[in-house]
Amino acid sequence: MSRVGVLRFPGTNCDRDIWKSIELKGHTPQWIWYQDEFSPEDFDAFLVPGGFSYGDYLRSGALAALSPAMTSLKKADAQGKPIFGICNGFQILCEAGMLPGALMRNENGRFIDQWVTLKLENKSGWTPAKVGESFRMPMAHADGRFFINEEGLKDLKDKGQVWLTYTNNPNGSVADIAGVMNERGNVVGMMPHPDRALFEWMGSTDGLQFFDWTGEA
Amino acid sequence: MKFALKVLPKPEVLDTQGRAVQSTLQSHGFDLSECHVGKYIVLEVNASNPAEGEKMATAMAEKGLYNPLIENYQLEKL
Repeated sequence: MSRVGVLRFPGTNCDRDIWKSIELKGHTPQWIWYQDEFSPEDFDAFLVPGGFSYGDYLRSGALAALSPAMTSLKKADAQGKPIFGICNGFQILCEAGMLPGALMRNENGRFIDQWVTLKLENKSGWTPAKVGESFRMPMAHADGRFFINEEGLKDLKDKGQVWLTYTNNPNGSVADIAGVMNERGNVVGMMPHPDRALFEWMGSTDGLQFFDWTGEA
Repeated sequence: MKFALKVLPKPEVLDTQGRAVQSTLQSHGFDLSECHVGKYIVLEVNASNPAEGEKMATAMAEKGLYNPLIENYQLEKL
């Protein structure tokens, strides 16, 4: 059983979903308030949930990225602890410089809320799924168009940091990218919501295995 | 001492806001070939001289008021 820190910022709204996801897998979630620094040693893994931290002011995730809890999260990253950001959590990790790229307004300018199919491009420690496997789950965001310049994209591909791609790119993301990881593979982020695909009645259980981390990239 | 940061999307980045504004203006008969929408951030910094103030405002910009991957900024003293 792992102790999993769940970060909460003003405007986080998927925190309960994440809590439930972690419990379903038999782990022990624990809240981390954005204004508190913490000891990375007290946790085995971290999740940054979705929402609209700081009302998406300045840029989505930009202000949350500067909070005290993120200072501690960077220390956890330095220790190689597994860290997973979903939706706004992904935006926060990018803004904090813990993941490459940036998430910009969807190509069509709209908030898109729909089911998507994702493909695993490179293995990470956050799911036992194999490369090439696909998953169905909801996406719900306005600022989810993954952007990185050509040089950065080449680097991502060369180093195997593209984690997940959309099979039907809904938002104009560069190279269909839905999720990426850092070079070491301990920090991952994705725009769609595995936390909204946990039970059959939700429409899919494909999200469950994204909370099955082994801690090994 | 007041400084202002003018933040604009980089030219190579798709500016969805600029595109929407441009298309609306064009639909009203205005003739334009480009439009960009950014942010204007006014900072009143507590500095003792302009050089120190500029240094402080620059540090604030670099701390996160713009994202160097997708935006450029210009600093001006007001």
